[in-house]
Amino acid sequence: MNFISIQDLYFSYADETDPQPHVNAVDGVSLTIDKGEFVAVIGHNGCGKSTLAKHLNAMLLPDSGKVIVDGDDTSDETKTWDIRERVGLVLQNPDNQLVAGIVEEDVAFGPENLGVEPGEIRRRVDEALKAVDMYEYREHAPHKLSGGQKQRVAIAGVLAIQPQCIVLDEPTAMLDPNGRDEVMNTLLKLNRERGITVVLITHYMDEAVKADRVVVMDSGRILTHGTPEEVFSQVELLKKHRLDVPQAAELAYRLRGCGVKLDKIPLEADECIKMLGEAMK
Amino acid sequence: MVRDVAFGQYFPGNSLIHRLDPRGKILMFIAYIVIIFCTFNYASLGIVAAFTALFIILSRISPKFYLKSMKVILFIVLFTSVLNLFYGTGDPIWQWGIIKVTYDGINRAVFVTVRIVCLILASSCLTFTTSPTALTDAIERLMKPLKAIRFPVHEVAMMTSLALRFVPTLLEETDKIMAAQKARGADMEGGNPIQRVKALVPVLVPLFVSAFRRAYDIATAMECRCYRGGAGRTRMKSIHMSGRDAAAFVLLLLTLAGVIICNILIPSAV
Repeated sequence: MNFISIQDLYFSYADETDPQPHVNAVDGVSLTIDKGEFVAVIGHNGCGKSTLAKHLNAMLLPDSGKVIVDGDDTSDETKTWDIRERVGLVLQNPDNQLVAGIVEEDVAFGPENLGVEPGEIRRRVDEALKAVDMYEYREHAPHKLSGGQKQRVAIAGVLAIQPQCIVLDEPTAMLDPNGRDEVMNTLLKLNRERGITVVLITHYMDEAVKADRVVVMDSGRILTHGTPEEVFSQVELLKKHRLDVPQAAELAYRLRGCGVKLDKIPLEADECIKMLGEAMK
Repeated sequence: MVRDVAFGQYFPGNSLIHRLDPRGKILMFIAYIVIIFCTFNYASLGIVAAFTALFIILSRISPKFYLKSMKVILFIVLFTSVLNLFYGTGDPIWQWGIIKVTYDGINRAVFVTVRIVCLILASSCLTFTTSPTALTDAIERLMKPLKAIRFPVHEVAMMTSLALRFVPTLLEETDKIMAAQKARGADMEGGNPIQRVKALVPVLVPLFVSAFRRAYDIATAMECRCYRGGAGRTRMKSIHMSGRDAAAFVLLLLTLAGVIICNILIPSAV
């Protein structure tokens, strides 16, 4: 079932009255995202992926085209808050999205804004913190947590609003490898166990590989999209646009170039090792 | 390092003081300030000091943190007490040129020191045991009558709570910027006071720029989480007065009574 449907979206940050020619940040994107899907959006800095993310919860409105979330048009101002309740957005810098001095009070911020009654807020906060494995830290001050922990609290803050979809704009960009794993595992768990739709904007290919579907963006357009296997086997196309491919795929690609026969491109290390073992026999 | 400033921090806990109603704590703190400046002799000063000590013990927070919170203000305390030492009137005990020390001066210095120290300890006790959210929530409730004259009560409370939340973050950032500027050869420690103040400019400018950038991010994050002003908001932790608060108020009234009685019975020292 279509949960989010983007139809021919154009958006530019430039002032419309400015006569100078301007570049569209998002330049004709059409995309549908199904309920329960895990979609990764990859691309260079400035390719429009963050701009796209902000359209999904009506933080930005299209210049032309439409974004339909669960049947509601984001340009309809009477629906703005309904849409934000259904689609939560997590931003890059964990420090700048935690608004309260105590973890549990921060997680409560969303439901408090929605006017949920106190007992129910308590229940939602506890549940959200347990879902991201941060329940033991509920009374800590956010600035004493590690980057990965802070970002998990930020995810809990969005979860407490009980959205159907979470959009994350490069949530791991400022984290160390440990923090990245923590956040990635949390997202996978939420997606698999609770059926929450996840749209992950990232520039780490190793994260994109774990998604159900990968969307590659370049200069405001969708370059290609499909399952990770489909996308990352197009090594030439990605290389042409100076995009990385996962290490395993890169290795297989180069080996192929040297004449090693591999019938498909592996995406993860384990898979790659197995395939190489077979090829050597 | 700037980072180990304990002043204004909150230590989660479950002590008697932690569980007091934040509104009550604020009102008591205001009354306390008045009382402490009404102490005119050593007996009443002692009563207030004892009252302060009782609250500190009941808060069950390590005295280490209280001492730390004073570190920042130590200079001001020393400065004012030394100044007061020389401002006394009466017969000099010790004189050197125009500088003289009198009994009156010593008394004044002691009073100023004890008063400021008690004040810092009490305010630390308040912020150590009350979460910033609870504190601003209480301020919002206490200022509610001002809404009638269109004073933006909710907005002020929200701004205060955000400001408190970002104190440690900005302090951390100040440390980083200072380190970065030092790495490029900035001299922060040396030179006369004027040079030192000037050396802060390359720290403050980037700090301000980044604070504005942060503010923009926070606003976005808040909107993403459905924040649209104070109307229709609820609170997870509802606050209400209980027997504990009444007991605390009675204690404060007893202190006040003690101070007044001492002031009447014993001649004032300053």
